[in-house]
Amino acid sequence: MIKIEKLIHDYIQRDDEGNAAGTFRAIDGVDLDVRPGQFIAVLGHNGSGKSTLAKHLNALLFPTEGTVWVDGMDTKDEKNLWEVRREAGMVFQNPDNQIIAQVVEEDVGFGPENIGVPTEEIWQRVEESLKAVGMWAHRKKSPNRLSGGQKQRVSIAGVIAMQPKCIVLDEPTAMLDPNGRKEVIKAAMQLNRTKGITIILITHYMEEAINADKIFVMDRGKIAMQGTPREIFSQVERMRELQLDVPQVTLLAYELRKKGLDIPVSILTKEELADALLGQLPEEDGETAGEHDAAVQSEEKEAPHGTQG
Amino acid sequence: MGLKVEDISFLYERGTAMQVTALDHVSAEIPDNQFIGLIGHTGSGKSTFVQTLNGLLKVTSGHIYYNGEDIDGDKFDKKKLRSDVGLVFQYPEHQLFEVDVISDVMFGPRNLGLSDAEAKKRALEALESVRMPKSLYKSSPFDLSGGQKRRAAIAGVLAMRPKILILDEPTAGLDPKGRDEILGLIAGMKRELNMTIILVSHSMDDVARYVDRIMVMGGGKLLYDDEPVKVFRHVTELEELGLAAPQITYIMKLLKERGLDVSSDALTVEEAAAEIMAHRRELHV
Repeated sequence: MIKIEKLIHDYIQRDDEGNAAGTFRAIDGVDLDVRPGQFIAVLGHNGSGKSTLAKHLNALLFPTEGTVWVDGMDTKDEKNLWEVRREAGMVFQNPDNQIIAQVVEEDVGFGPENIGVPTEEIWQRVEESLKAVGMWAHRKKSPNRLSGGQKQRVSIAGVIAMQPKCIVLDEPTAMLDPNGRKEVIKAAMQLNRTKGITIILITHYMEEAINADKIFVMDRGKIAMQGTPREIFSQVERMRELQLDVPQVTLLAYELRKKGLDIPVSILTKEELADALLGQLPEEDGETAGEHDAAVQSEEKEAPHGTQG
Repeated sequence: MGLKVEDISFLYERGTAMQVTALDHVSAEIPDNQFIGLIGHTGSGKSTFVQTLNGLLKVTSGHIYYNGEDIDGDKFDKKKLRSDVGLVFQYPEHQLFEVDVISDVMFGPRNLGLSDAEAKKRALEALESVRMPKSLYKSSPFDLSGGQKRRAAIAGVLAMRPKILILDEPTAGLDPKGRDEILGLIAGMKRELNMTIILVSHSMDDVARYVDRIMVMGGGKLLYDDEPVKVFRHVTELEELGLAAPQITYIMKLLKERGLDVSSDALTVEEAAAEIMAHRRELHV
Protein backbone atom coordinates (compact mmCIF):
# COMPACT_ATOMS: atom_id res chain seq x y z
CA MET A 1 0.00 0.00 0.00
CA ILE A 2 2.73 2.41 1.02
CA LYS A 3 6.38 1.97 0.33
CA ILE A 4 9.06 4.42 1.32
CA GLU A 5 12.69 4.11 0.31
CA LYS A 6 15.56 6.16 1.73
CA LEU A 7 13.34 9.17 2.31
CA ILE A 8 15.06 12.39 3.26
CA HIS A 9 13.26 15.66 3.88
CA ASP A 10 15.04 18.96 4.40
CA TYR A 11 13.15 22.08 5.43
CA ILE A 12 14.76 25.24 4.15
CA GLN A 13 15.29 27.86 6.82
CA ARG A 14 15.09 31.43 5.63
CA ASP A 15 16.46 34.66 7.07
CA ASP A 16 14.48 37.92 7.40
CA GLU A 17 14.90 38.74 3.71
CA GLY A 18 13.61 35.35 2.70
CA ASN A 19 16.95 34.04 1.48
CA ALA A 20 17.77 30.44 2.18
CA ALA A 21 19.91 30.45 5.31
CA GLY A 22 20.28 26.75 5.93
CA THR A 23 18.41 23.49 6.05
CA PHE A 24 16.91 21.36 8.77
CA ARG A 25 16.70 17.63 8.14
CA ALA A 26 13.32 16.47 9.47
CA ILE A 27 13.39 13.03 7.86
CA ASP A 28 16.71 11.32 7.63
CA GLY A 29 16.72 8.09 5.65
CA VAL A 30 13.41 6.39 6.36
CA ASP A 31 12.46 3.04 4.82
CA LEU A 32 8.98 1.83 5.47
CA ASP A 33 6.59 -0.73 4.10
CA VAL A 34 2.86 -0.81 4.84
CA ARG A 35 0.72 -3.61 3.44
CA PRO A 36 -2.93 -3.09 2.41
CA GLY A 37 -5.35 -3.41 5.32
CA GLN A 38 -2.79 -2.90 8.07
CA PHE A 39 -3.40 -0.77 11.13
CA ILE A 40 -0.18 1.12 11.75
CA ALA A 41 0.66 3.39 14.66
CA VAL A 42 3.46 5.93 14.47
CA LEU A 43 4.88 7.17 17.78
CA GLY A 44 7.61 9.68 18.48
CA HIS A 45 8.26 12.77 20.56
CA ASN A 46 7.43 16.31 19.39
CA GLY A 47 9.79 17.16 16.58
CA SER A 48 10.76 13.57 15.78
CA GLY A 49 9.48 13.84 12.23
CA LYS A 50 6.12 12.06 12.47
CA SER A 51 4.01 14.80 10.96
CA THR A 52 6.51 15.49 8.21
CA LEU A 53 6.38 11.81 7.35
CA ALA A 54 2.57 11.91 7.32
CA LYS A 55 2.58 14.82 4.89
CA HIS A 56 4.65 12.77 2.47
CA LEU A 57 1.99 10.08 2.40
CA ASN A 58 -0.55 12.28 0.70
CA ALA A 59 1.81 14.44 -1.30
CA LEU A 60 1.55 17.58 0.80
CA LEU A 61 5.35 17.39 0.87
CA PHE A 62 7.74 15.88 -1.66
CA PRO A 63 10.96 14.01 -0.96
CA THR A 64 14.23 15.93 -0.92
CA GLU A 65 15.76 12.52 -1.66
CA GLY A 66 14.34 9.02 -1.87
CA THR A 67 10.92 7.89 -3.04
CA VAL A 68 7.43 7.46 -1.63
CA TRP A 69 4.95 5.21 -3.42
CA VAL A 70 1.27 5.23 -2.51
CA ASP A 71 -0.54 2.27 -4.03
CA GLY A 72 2.27 1.97 -6.53
CA MET A 73 2.21 5.66 -7.51
CA ASP A 74 5.34 7.76 -7.07
CA THR A 75 4.25 10.87 -5.14
CA LYS A 76 6.89 12.98 -6.95
CA ASP A 77 5.18 12.39 -10.26
CA GLU A 78 2.92 15.39 -10.81
CA LYS A 79 0.33 13.48 -12.80
CA ASN A 80 -0.30 11.28 -9.74
CA LEU A 81 -0.87 14.20 -7.37
CA TRP A 82 -4.68 14.18 -7.14
CA GLU A 83 -4.94 10.43 -7.25
CA VAL A 84 -2.40 10.09 -4.40
CA ARG A 85 -4.32 12.61 -2.29
CA ARG A 86 -7.57 10.77 -2.90
CA GLU A 87 -6.05 7.37 -2.12
CA ALA A 88 -4.45 8.52 1.11
CA GLY A 89 -6.89 10.77 2.94
CA MET A 90 -5.75 12.80 5.88
CA VAL A 91 -7.31 13.84 9.20
CA PHE A 92 -5.60 16.47 11.34
CA GLN A 93 -5.51 17.39 15.01
CA ASN A 94 -7.89 20.30 15.25
CA PRO A 95 -11.50 19.39 14.40
CA ASP A 96 -12.41 23.04 13.93
CA ASN A 97 -9.98 23.54 11.07
CA GLN A 98 -11.32 20.77 8.88
CA ILE A 99 -15.02 21.35 8.62
CA ILE A 100 -16.23 23.92 6.14
CA ALA A 101 -19.93 23.45 5.44
CA GLN A 102 -22.92 24.58 7.53
CA VAL A 103 -24.53 21.16 7.61
CA VAL A 104 -22.83 17.83 8.38
CA GLU A 105 -23.98 16.00 5.24
CA GLU A 106 -22.90 18.86 2.99
CA ASP A 107 -19.48 18.83 4.55
CA VAL A 108 -19.06 15.14 3.81
CA GLY A 109 -20.33 15.62 0.26
CA PHE A 110 -17.93 18.47 -0.47
CA GLY A 111 -15.00 16.28 -1.48
CA PRO A 112 -16.84 14.01 -3.94
CA GLU A 113 -18.65 17.00 -5.43
CA ASN A 114 -15.31 18.69 -5.97
CA ILE A 115 -14.03 15.83 -8.09
CA GLY A 116 -17.20 15.70 -10.19
CA VAL A 117 -18.96 12.67 -8.76
CA PRO A 118 -22.59 12.52 -10.06
CA THR A 119 -25.11 13.92 -7.55
CA GLU A 120 -26.88 10.66 -6.87
CA GLU A 121 -23.64 8.90 -6.10
CA ILE A 122 -22.53 11.76 -3.86
CA TRP A 123 -25.57 11.18 -1.64
CA GLN A 124 -24.90 7.47 -1.60
CA ARG A 125 -21.33 8.06 -0.51
CA VAL A 126 -22.40 10.59 2.14
CA GLU A 127 -24.82 8.08 3.60
CA GLU A 128 -22.30 5.25 3.62
CA SER A 129 -19.55 7.39 5.09
CA LEU A 130 -21.65 8.87 7.86
CA LYS A 131 -22.99 5.45 8.75
CA ALA A 132 -19.47 4.04 8.85
CA VAL A 133 -18.48 6.50 11.59
CA GLY A 134 -21.80 6.40 13.40
CA MET A 135 -22.79 9.98 12.54
CA TRP A 136 -25.75 9.34 10.21
CA ALA A 137 -28.24 10.46 12.87
CA HIS A 138 -26.50 13.85 13.01
CA ARG A 139 -26.47 14.46 9.23
CA LYS A 140 -28.77 17.50 9.30
CA LYS A 141 -26.98 19.20 12.18
CA SER A 142 -24.72 22.19 12.09
CA PRO A 143 -21.14 21.07 12.74
CA ASN A 144 -20.68 23.70 15.45
CA ARG A 145 -23.35 21.94 17.49
CA LEU A 146 -21.23 18.80 17.68
CA SER A 147 -18.72 17.67 20.28
CA GLY A 148 -15.03 17.42 19.40
CA GLY A 149 -15.20 13.64 18.91
CA GLN A 150 -18.23 13.99 16.67
CA LYS A 151 -16.52 16.68 14.59
CA GLN A 152 -13.49 14.45 14.12
CA ARG A 153 -15.76 11.61 13.01
CA VAL A 154 -17.34 13.95 10.47
CA SER A 155 -13.85 14.79 9.23
CA ILE A 156 -13.14 11.08 8.88
CA ALA A 157 -16.44 10.60 7.01
CA GLY A 158 -15.39 13.39 4.65
CA VAL A 159 -12.23 11.45 3.91
CA ILE A 160 -14.06 8.13 3.47
CA ALA A 161 -16.44 9.73 0.97
CA MET A 162 -13.43 10.04 -1.33
CA GLN A 163 -13.12 6.23 -1.18
CA PRO A 164 -9.48 6.14 -0.16
CA LYS A 165 -7.52 2.95 0.37
CA CYS A 166 -5.65 4.51 3.23
CA ILE A 167 -6.36 7.10 5.92
CA VAL A 168 -3.61 8.98 7.74
CA LEU A 169 -4.70 10.37 11.11
CA ASP A 170 -2.26 12.90 12.56
CA GLU A 171 -2.97 13.13 16.32
CA PRO A 172 -6.73 13.06 15.76
CA THR A 173 -7.48 12.82 19.50
CA ALA A 174 -5.09 15.39 20.94
CA MET A 175 -7.82 17.95 21.59
CA LEU A 176 -10.62 15.61 22.63
CA ASP A 177 -12.14 14.56 25.94
CA PRO A 178 -12.00 10.87 26.97
CA ASN A 179 -15.25 9.98 25.28
CA GLY A 180 -14.29 11.77 22.08
CA ARG A 181 -10.99 9.93 22.07
CA LYS A 182 -12.70 6.57 22.40
CA GLU A 183 -15.21 7.38 19.63
CA VAL A 184 -12.53 8.38 17.13
CA ILE A 185 -10.26 5.39 17.77
CA LYS A 186 -13.23 3.05 17.59
CA ALA A 187 -14.33 4.55 14.27
CA ALA A 188 -10.82 4.17 12.84
CA MET A 189 -10.56 0.55 13.97
CA GLN A 190 -13.95 -0.28 12.53
CA LEU A 191 -13.04 1.15 9.13
CA ASN A 192 -9.92 -0.94 9.22
CA ARG A 193 -11.75 -4.14 10.09
CA THR A 194 -14.95 -3.87 8.10
CA LYS A 195 -13.79 -1.95 5.03
CA GLY A 196 -10.17 -3.05 4.99
CA ILE A 197 -8.96 0.55 4.84
CA THR A 198 -5.30 0.89 5.75
CA ILE A 199 -4.98 3.13 8.81
CA ILE A 200 -1.91 5.09 9.80
CA LEU A 201 -2.42 6.60 13.22
CA ILE A 202 0.02 9.13 14.59
CA THR A 203 -0.48 9.61 18.30
CA HIS A 204 0.99 10.64 21.63
CA TYR A 205 -1.35 8.34 23.54
CA MET A 206 0.36 5.00 23.96
CA GLU A 207 -2.87 3.13 24.79
CA GLU A 208 -4.23 4.01 21.34
CA ALA A 209 -1.43 2.01 19.74
CA ILE A 210 -1.92 -1.32 21.50
CA ASN A 211 -4.29 -2.70 18.85
CA ALA A 212 -2.07 -1.78 15.93
CA ASP A 213 -0.65 -4.50 13.70
CA LYS A 214 2.65 -2.72 13.78
CA ILE A 215 4.21 0.29 15.48
CA PHE A 216 6.90 2.55 14.09
CA VAL A 217 8.73 4.72 16.59
CA MET A 218 10.45 7.79 15.19
CA ASP A 219 13.36 9.72 16.64
CA ARG A 220 15.36 12.51 15.02
CA GLY A 221 13.94 11.80 11.60
CA LYS A 222 14.75 8.10 11.66
CA ILE A 223 12.79 4.96 12.45
CA ALA A 224 14.20 4.10 15.86
CA MET A 225 12.10 1.02 16.56
CA GLN A 226 9.54 -1.07 14.73
CA GLY A 227 7.55 -4.10 15.70
CA THR A 228 4.30 -5.35 17.19
CA PRO A 229 2.88 -3.44 20.17
CA ARG A 230 4.11 -6.26 22.39
CA GLU A 231 7.65 -6.02 21.06
CA ILE A 232 7.71 -2.24 21.35
CA PHE A 233 6.07 -1.73 24.73
CA SER A 234 8.06 -4.46 26.45
CA GLN A 235 11.05 -2.10 26.11
CA VAL A 236 10.10 0.38 28.81
CA GLU A 237 13.59 1.84 29.26
CA ARG A 238 14.15 2.31 25.56
CA MET A 239 10.78 4.03 25.13
CA ARG A 240 11.64 6.43 27.93
CA GLU A 241 14.96 7.23 26.28
CA LEU A 242 12.96 8.20 23.23
CA GLN A 243 10.90 10.57 25.44
CA LEU A 244 7.90 8.30 25.15
CA ASP A 245 5.99 6.09 27.50
CA VAL A 246 4.20 2.75 27.59
CA PRO A 247 0.55 2.04 28.44
CA GLN A 248 -0.13 2.31 32.19
CA VAL A 249 -0.91 -1.39 32.54
CA THR A 250 2.41 -2.28 30.90
CA LEU A 251 4.18 0.11 33.24
CA LEU A 252 2.44 -1.43 36.25
CA ALA A 253 3.54 -4.91 35.15
CA TYR A 254 7.05 -3.57 34.71
CA GLU A 255 7.08 -2.10 38.23
CA LEU A 256 5.77 -5.35 39.69
CA ARG A 257 8.49 -7.27 37.89
CA LYS A 258 11.07 -4.92 39.35
CA LYS A 259 9.66 -5.71 42.77
CA GLY A 260 10.34 -9.38 42.11
CA LEU A 261 7.07 -10.74 40.75
CA ASP A 262 7.30 -13.25 37.93
CA ILE A 263 5.18 -11.48 35.32
CA PRO A 264 5.74 -11.50 31.55
CA VAL A 265 7.41 -8.32 30.22
CA SER A 266 4.91 -7.73 27.51
CA ILE A 267 1.57 -7.18 29.24
CA LEU A 268 -0.67 -4.98 27.12
CA THR A 269 -4.13 -5.27 28.67
CA LYS A 270 -5.59 -5.38 32.14
CA GLU A 271 -6.94 -8.86 31.42
CA GLU A 272 -3.44 -10.14 30.72
CA LEU A 273 -2.21 -8.63 33.98
CA ALA A 274 -5.05 -10.27 35.91
CA ASP A 275 -4.23 -13.64 34.29
CA ALA A 276 -0.58 -13.27 35.17
CA LEU A 277 -1.26 -12.32 38.78
CA LEU A 278 -3.95 -14.95 39.35
CA GLY A 279 -1.86 -17.63 37.70
CA GLN A 280 0.64 -17.17 40.48
CA LEU A 281 -1.57 -17.61 43.47
CA PRO A 282 -0.53 -20.71 45.42
CA GLU A 283 -2.73 -23.54 44.16
CA GLU A 284 -1.61 -26.11 46.72
CA ASP A 285 -2.64 -23.72 49.46
CA GLY A 286 -6.18 -24.34 48.30
CA GLU A 287 -8.01 -23.70 51.55
CA THR A 288 -6.92 -20.16 52.24
CA ALA A 289 -7.19 -19.15 48.61
CA GLY A 290 -10.64 -20.75 48.39
CA GLU A 291 -12.00 -18.98 51.44
CA HIS A 292 -10.54 -15.82 50.19
CA ASP A 293 -12.21 -16.08 46.80
CA ALA A 294 -15.56 -16.82 48.37
CA ALA A 295 -15.32 -13.74 50.56
CA VAL A 296 -14.51 -11.53 47.62
CA GLN A 297 -17.29 -12.96 45.50
CA SER A 298 -19.98 -12.36 48.08
CA GLU A 299 -18.85 -8.75 48.39
CA GLU A 300 -18.86 -8.54 44.62
CA LYS A 301 -22.50 -9.48 44.29
CA GLU A 302 -23.60 -6.42 46.15
CA ALA A 303 -21.22 -3.99 44.54
CA PRO A 304 -22.72 -3.84 41.02
CA HIS A 305 -26.18 -3.04 42.36
CA GLY A 306 -24.76 -0.30 44.47
CA THR A 307 -23.02 1.48 41.62
CA GLN A 308 -25.71 1.07 39.01
CA GLY A 309 -28.64 1.99 41.20
CA MET B 1 -8.58 34.01 51.38
CA GLY B 2 -9.12 33.17 47.75
CA LEU B 3 -12.29 33.07 45.70
CA LYS B 4 -15.76 32.29 46.86
CA VAL B 5 -18.28 31.41 44.20
CA GLU B 6 -21.87 31.74 45.32
CA ASP B 7 -24.69 30.31 43.27
CA ILE B 8 -23.53 31.66 39.91
CA SER B 9 -25.25 31.12 36.58
CA PHE B 10 -24.21 32.21 33.15
CA LEU B 11 -26.36 32.36 30.03
CA TYR B 12 -25.00 32.89 26.52
CA GLU B 13 -27.25 34.80 24.10
CA ARG B 14 -29.55 35.63 26.93
CA GLY B 15 -33.13 36.39 25.95
CA THR B 16 -32.75 35.07 22.38
CA ALA B 17 -33.82 31.80 20.80
CA MET B 18 -30.17 30.74 20.98
CA GLN B 19 -30.00 31.05 24.77
CA VAL B 20 -27.70 28.45 26.34
CA THR B 21 -27.24 27.91 30.05
CA ALA B 22 -23.52 27.43 30.37
CA LEU B 23 -23.40 27.63 34.17
CA ASP B 24 -26.29 26.53 36.29
CA HIS B 25 -26.18 27.60 39.96
CA VAL B 26 -22.58 26.76 40.75
CA SER B 27 -21.13 27.31 44.21
CA ALA B 28 -17.57 26.55 45.29
CA GLU B 29 -14.68 27.84 47.31
CA ILE B 30 -11.22 28.22 45.83
CA PRO B 31 -8.88 28.68 48.80
CA ASP B 32 -5.22 29.67 48.74
CA ASN B 33 -2.53 27.13 47.99
CA GLN B 34 -4.49 24.21 46.60
CA PHE B 35 -3.98 22.08 43.49
CA ILE B 36 -7.38 21.62 41.87
CA GLY B 37 -8.26 19.57 38.81
CA LEU B 38 -11.28 20.69 36.79
CA ILE B 39 -12.73 18.04 34.50
CA GLY B 40 -15.76 17.84 32.26
CA HIS B 41 -16.54 16.90 28.67
CA THR B 42 -16.42 19.45 25.84
CA GLY B 43 -19.27 21.87 26.43
CA SER B 44 -19.72 21.02 30.13
CA GLY B 45 -19.21 24.65 31.15
CA LYS B 46 -15.68 24.45 32.52
CA SER B 47 -14.22 27.11 30.20
CA THR B 48 -17.09 29.45 30.98
CA PHE B 49 -16.55 28.79 34.67
CA VAL B 50 -12.86 29.67 34.67
CA GLN B 51 -13.54 32.81 32.63
CA THR B 52 -16.00 34.07 35.23
CA LEU B 53 -13.34 33.58 37.92
CA ASN B 54 -11.12 36.35 36.63
CA GLY B 55 -13.91 38.59 35.46
CA LEU B 56 -13.56 37.93 31.72
CA LEU B 57 -17.22 36.95 31.74
CA LYS B 58 -19.72 38.64 34.04
CA VAL B 59 -22.10 36.22 35.74
CA THR B 60 -25.78 36.41 34.86
CA SER B 61 -26.77 35.78 38.46
CA GLY B 62 -25.02 34.95 41.72
CA HIS B 63 -21.84 36.44 43.15
CA ILE B 64 -18.11 35.84 43.13
CA TYR B 65 -16.11 37.19 46.04
CA TYR B 66 -12.37 37.70 45.89
CA ASN B 67 -10.84 38.09 49.33
CA GLY B 68 -14.30 38.87 50.61
CA GLU B 69 -15.12 41.56 48.02
CA ASP B 70 -17.79 41.13 45.35
CA ILE B 71 -15.95 41.25 42.01
CA ASP B 72 -18.92 42.95 40.37
CA GLY B 73 -19.09 45.61 43.07
CA ASP B 74 -18.66 49.28 42.08
CA LYS B 75 -15.47 49.82 44.00
CA PHE B 76 -13.85 46.54 43.06
CA ASP B 77 -10.53 46.74 41.19
CA LYS B 78 -10.96 44.37 38.23
CA LYS B 79 -7.48 45.00 36.98
CA LYS B 80 -6.09 43.62 40.21
CA LEU B 81 -8.32 40.56 39.89
CA ARG B 82 -7.06 39.90 36.38
CA SER B 83 -3.46 39.97 37.47
CA ASP B 84 -4.15 37.95 40.62
CA VAL B 85 -6.13 35.28 38.79
CA GLY B 86 -3.99 34.29 35.81
CA LEU B 87 -5.50 32.39 32.93
CA VAL B 88 -3.40 30.33 30.52
CA PHE B 89 -5.54 29.38 27.54
CA GLN B 90 -5.24 26.26 25.41
CA TYR B 91 -2.31 26.34 23.02
CA PRO B 92 -1.00 29.53 24.70
CA GLU B 93 1.99 29.52 22.35
CA HIS B 94 -0.33 30.83 19.63
CA GLN B 95 -0.42 34.07 21.59
CA LEU B 96 3.32 34.69 21.56
CA PHE B 97 4.08 37.71 19.43
CA GLU B 98 7.07 39.75 20.63
CA VAL B 99 10.51 39.96 19.01
CA ASP B 100 12.22 37.93 21.70
CA VAL B 101 11.27 35.72 24.62
CA ILE B 102 12.04 38.22 27.37
CA SER B 103 10.01 41.03 25.76
CA ASP B 104 7.11 38.67 25.37
CA VAL B 105 7.14 37.78 29.05
CA MET B 106 7.56 41.48 30.00
CA PHE B 107 4.47 42.48 28.04
CA GLY B 108 2.01 41.64 30.83
CA PRO B 109 3.77 43.42 33.70
CA ARG B 110 4.38 46.46 31.46
CA ASN B 111 0.71 46.50 30.68
CA LEU B 112 0.00 46.68 34.39
CA GLY B 113 1.84 50.00 34.30
CA LEU B 114 5.05 48.77 35.91
CA SER B 115 8.41 50.32 35.05
CA ASP B 116 10.65 48.54 32.55
CA ALA B 117 13.07 47.63 35.32
CA GLU B 118 10.34 46.05 37.46
CA ALA B 119 8.78 44.32 34.45
CA LYS B 120 12.15 42.87 33.56
CA LYS B 121 12.75 41.68 37.10
CA ARG B 122 9.45 39.85 37.10
CA ALA B 123 10.06 38.41 33.64
CA LEU B 124 13.41 37.01 34.72
CA GLU B 125 11.83 35.41 37.77
CA ALA B 126 9.03 33.93 35.70
CA LEU B 127 11.41 32.52 33.09
CA GLU B 128 13.43 30.95 35.85
CA SER B 129 10.29 29.41 37.34
CA VAL B 130 9.49 27.71 34.04
CA ARG B 131 13.13 26.57 33.69
CA MET B 132 13.74 28.39 30.45
CA PRO B 133 17.42 28.14 29.47
CA LYS B 134 19.03 31.62 29.76
CA SER B 135 20.53 31.25 26.29
CA LEU B 136 17.01 31.49 24.84
CA TYR B 137 15.91 34.74 26.48
CA LYS B 138 16.91 36.76 23.42
CA SER B 139 15.68 34.23 20.86
CA SER B 140 12.57 34.80 18.85
CA PRO B 141 9.71 32.92 20.53
CA PHE B 142 8.98 31.38 17.14
CA ASP B 143 12.34 29.61 17.06
CA LEU B 144 11.62 27.64 20.24
CA SER B 145 10.48 24.02 20.35
CA GLY B 146 6.84 23.26 21.10
CA GLY B 147 7.45 22.60 24.80
CA GLN B 148 9.65 25.68 25.17
CA LYS B 149 7.05 27.88 23.50
CA ARG B 150 4.45 26.66 25.89
CA ARG B 151 6.71 27.36 28.86
CA ALA B 152 7.41 30.87 27.54
CA ALA B 153 3.68 31.50 27.31
CA ILE B 154 3.12 30.25 30.86
CA ALA B 155 5.95 32.54 32.03
CA GLY B 156 4.06 35.46 30.47
CA VAL B 157 1.17 34.83 32.83
CA LEU B 158 3.42 34.00 35.80
CA ALA B 159 5.12 37.39 35.43
CA MET B 160 1.84 38.95 36.53
CA ARG B 161 2.45 37.14 39.84
CA PRO B 162 -0.96 35.53 40.05
CA LYS B 163 -2.18 34.07 43.32
CA ILE B 164 -4.44 31.71 41.42
CA LEU B 165 -3.24 30.25 38.16
CA ILE B 166 -5.75 28.58 35.84
CA LEU B 167 -4.34 26.43 33.04
CA ASP B 168 -6.66 25.18 30.31
CA GLU B 169 -5.24 21.88 29.05
CA PRO B 170 -1.60 22.86 29.31
CA THR B 171 -0.42 19.50 27.95
CA ALA B 172 -2.61 19.20 24.84
CA GLY B 173 -0.56 18.04 21.87
CA LEU B 174 2.63 17.35 23.84
CA ASP B 175 4.46 14.04 23.84
CA PRO B 176 4.62 12.00 27.07
CA LYS B 177 7.88 13.54 28.21
CA GLY B 178 6.64 17.05 27.41
CA ARG B 179 3.48 16.30 29.39
CA ASP B 180 5.48 15.13 32.41
CA GLU B 181 7.74 18.17 32.18
CA ILE B 182 4.92 20.71 32.10
CA LEU B 183 2.96 19.01 34.87
CA GLY B 184 6.07 18.60 37.02
CA LEU B 185 6.81 22.25 36.44
CA ILE B 186 3.31 23.29 37.48
CA ALA B 187 3.46 21.16 40.63
CA GLY B 188 6.86 22.70 41.43
CA MET B 189 5.57 26.25 40.89
CA LYS B 190 2.69 25.55 43.21
CA ARG B 191 5.08 24.42 45.96
CA GLU B 192 7.57 27.24 45.49
CA LEU B 193 5.15 30.09 44.98
CA ASN B 194 2.29 28.85 47.20
CA MET B 195 -0.19 29.44 44.43
CA THR B 196 -3.54 27.86 43.90
CA ILE B 197 -3.54 25.99 40.61
CA ILE B 198 -6.65 25.06 38.68
CA LEU B 199 -5.75 22.49 36.06
CA VAL B 200 -8.39 22.01 33.37
CA SER B 201 -7.65 18.64 31.81
CA HIS B 202 -9.03 15.82 29.69
CA SER B 203 -6.45 13.41 31.03
CA MET B 204 -7.74 11.57 34.06
CA ASP B 205 -4.31 9.98 34.53
CA ASP B 206 -2.65 13.38 34.85
CA VAL B 207 -5.31 14.74 37.17
CA ALA B 208 -5.14 11.66 39.38
CA ARG B 209 -1.42 12.01 39.76
CA TYR B 210 -1.12 15.66 40.68
CA VAL B 211 -4.15 17.31 42.23
CA ASP B 212 -5.50 17.54 45.80
CA ARG B 213 -9.08 18.06 44.75
CA ILE B 214 -11.22 17.44 41.69
CA MET B 215 -14.17 19.44 40.47
CA VAL B 216 -16.34 17.68 37.88
CA MET B 217 -18.62 19.74 35.65
CA GLY B 218 -21.45 18.50 33.47
CA GLY B 219 -24.36 20.38 31.88
CA GLY B 220 -23.23 23.60 33.52
CA LYS B 221 -23.45 22.16 37.02
CA LEU B 222 -20.74 21.29 39.48
CA LEU B 223 -21.48 17.60 39.98
CA TYR B 224 -18.62 16.44 42.18
CA ASP B 225 -16.16 18.37 44.25
CA ASP B 226 -13.97 16.12 46.37
CA GLU B 227 -10.59 14.48 46.74
CA PRO B 228 -9.52 12.38 43.71
CA VAL B 229 -9.97 8.96 45.35
CA LYS B 230 -13.58 9.73 46.20
CA VAL B 231 -14.42 11.28 42.84
CA PHE B 232 -12.98 8.35 40.88
CA ARG B 233 -15.12 5.89 42.83
CA HIS B 234 -17.98 7.16 40.63
CA VAL B 235 -16.67 5.45 37.51
CA THR B 236 -20.08 4.70 36.02
CA GLU B 237 -21.37 8.23 36.54
CA LEU B 238 -18.17 9.73 35.13
CA GLU B 239 -18.51 7.57 32.03
CA GLU B 240 -22.08 8.71 31.56
CA LEU B 241 -20.69 12.25 31.56
CA GLY B 242 -18.30 11.36 28.73
CA LEU B 243 -15.40 11.16 31.16
CA ALA B 244 -13.50 8.22 32.54
CA ALA B 245 -11.47 7.10 35.50
CA PRO B 246 -7.67 6.81 35.36
CA GLN B 247 -6.49 3.67 33.57
CA ILE B 248 -5.14 2.32 36.83
CA THR B 249 -8.59 2.45 38.42
CA TYR B 250 -9.94 0.15 35.69
CA ILE B 251 -7.04 -2.24 36.16
CA MET B 252 -7.56 -2.45 39.91
CA LYS B 253 -11.31 -2.88 39.48
CA LEU B 254 -10.74 -5.82 37.16
CA LEU B 255 -8.23 -7.43 39.53
CA LYS B 256 -10.79 -7.10 42.27
CA GLU B 257 -13.54 -8.59 40.10
CA ARG B 258 -11.27 -11.49 39.24
CA GLY B 259 -10.83 -12.29 42.90
CA LEU B 260 -7.77 -10.39 44.07
CA ASP B 261 -8.61 -8.70 47.34
CA VAL B 262 -7.04 -5.35 46.44
CA SER B 263 -8.49 -1.90 47.00
CA SER B 264 -9.57 -0.24 43.76
CA ASP B 265 -8.70 3.19 45.16
CA ALA B 266 -5.19 3.25 43.70
CA LEU B 267 -4.93 6.01 41.07
CA THR B 268 -1.32 5.86 39.97
CA VAL B 269 1.07 3.11 38.87
CA GLU B 270 3.08 3.53 42.08
CA GLU B 271 0.03 3.22 44.32
CA ALA B 272 -1.23 0.21 42.37
CA ALA B 273 2.13 -1.57 42.56
CA ALA B 274 2.31 -0.95 46.31
CA GLU B 275 -1.24 -2.22 46.81
CA ILE B 276 -0.64 -5.41 44.82
CA MET B 277 2.61 -6.13 46.65
CA ALA B 278 0.94 -5.56 50.03
CA HIS B 279 -1.82 -7.96 49.06
CA ARG B 280 0.71 -10.63 48.12
CA ARG B 281 2.55 -10.27 51.38
CA GLU B 282 -0.74 -10.86 53.11
CA LEU B 283 -1.16 -14.11 51.20
CA HIS B 284 2.50 -14.99 51.91
CA VAL B 285 3.17 -15.65 48.27
